[in-house]
Amino acid sequence: MSKQSETDLRYHDMGGLPAGPVERSEHDYALWEKRVDALMVLSTSRGLFTVDGLRRAIEDMGPDAYETRSYYERWIYAVNRNLIEAGAYTPDELAARMEAVAARGADYATCSRAAEPSDA
Amino acid sequence: MPEITVRVKTWPSHGLHVRTPRYLRGKRGVIERELGRFPNPEQLAYGLPAPERKLVRVRFTMAEVWGAGAENPDDTLDAEIYEHWLEADEG
Amino acid sequence: MPHDDHDHDHEHVHHEGMSPSGHPYRADQDEPLTYWQTMEIAVRELLEEKGIFSAAEIATAIGRMDARSPADGARVVAKAWTDPAFKARLMADGSAAAAELGCAIDALKLVVVENTADTHNVIVCTLCSCYPRNLLGLPPDWYKNRAYRSRVVKEPRSVLAEFGLALPDSIRVRVHDSTADMRYIVLPARPAGTEGWSEERLAALVTRDSMIGVGLPHAAA
Repeated sequence: MSKQSETDLRYHDMGGLPAGPVERSEHDYALWEKRVDALMVLSTSRGLFTVDGLRRAIEDMGPDAYETRSYYERWIYAVNRNLIEAGAYTPDELAARMEAVAARGADYATCSRAAEPSDA
Repeated sequence: MPEITVRVKTWPSHGLHVRTPRYLRGKRGVIERELGRFPNPEQLAYGLPAPERKLVRVRFTMAEVWGAGAENPDDTLDAEIYEHWLEADEG
Repeated sequence: MPHDDHDHDHEHVHHEGMSPSGHPYRADQDEPLTYWQTMEIAVRELLEEKGIFSAAEIATAIGRMDARSPADGARVVAKAWTDPAFKARLMADGSAAAAELGCAIDALKLVVVENTADTHNVIVCTLCSCYPRNLLGLPPDWYKNRAYRSRVVKEPRSVLAEFGLALPDSIRVRVHDSTADMRYIVLPARPAGTEGWSEERLAALVTRDSMIGVGLPHAAA
């Protein structure tokens, strides 16, 4: 029923679909990834949004994001989206802060230092 | 306790967040256990008030889920399904 | 700013080489800053400045994450192997029984599924990556990736064989898809030849994969 498939395209819903061998890759999580996880844990504990809100935002990124973005890249996208929706901060606050963060240096360690008064 | 047979609704997701996997829709299974009531994730996903709904574990045979394509028809698949996705099995 | 100027020493603990578990760390600190890392820093700083939570709370959350490992699940399994009353409580209410051993399951419910002489259980989350992280720590990459999630519900025996676990037809496979508010852990069968062993010695036999259901515990040495 093609009409149904058009209204039912949810890429994450992959049970039973064809796929190749399980590549048993593992990696230990980087600090920035753990921080994304912690942002999620703390935001939900504060009632700002729920894990279902996180999943919904990830699912709405579409198939391309699933194939090209890493797990915690999808998470920070979804965490940010839910926090904006919850009114935790505004889009312009985010844009200005991301610009300021990127201007601090070239790598994560340098740019993730705590904001100092000169950044304000 | 007699086995209760249920059927998963064939509703499409309509592009929305649902927790009923596509591969189980329209399949018949038996209630393995009742789990209590939980806020409806289809509401939580959009930041909306989420009345609690009954959640049950349904056990399906691989033969039911995959038909002739089942690897071993007697193996089983259990999943948690919310009550509004289930209907009584009319046989 | 000069690279030696910041005081985040902990960010360099994992700077290079292999982790204690023998896996490479993902490129992180010394690669060019990515768009998504920039977003993480910005979001974290905004939330801290607005008083929603503090930097210390982030550090505490990460510490809690780091402290969890399959050793927690292994303690629960070993206790169930040696204490029939605990096992009965674990099967009836996994969350409450795990909490007795100091493993909080938070708001979620833990369902324990037991391997027996004729049943083998395996866990998956086809819709996302639900995982008993309170008992096993963060999930391995393969658990979250397409191949495992797509295939294990349809061809569990083939997938288990790829993990080195060939099951005879006489053993029934039960796959558990974590679709909602439950989290699952497999209680593997106690290895033969371990009569009289202490909980601690038994726990050392329990692997992470045996609690996901893609492996078995180590055999008694």
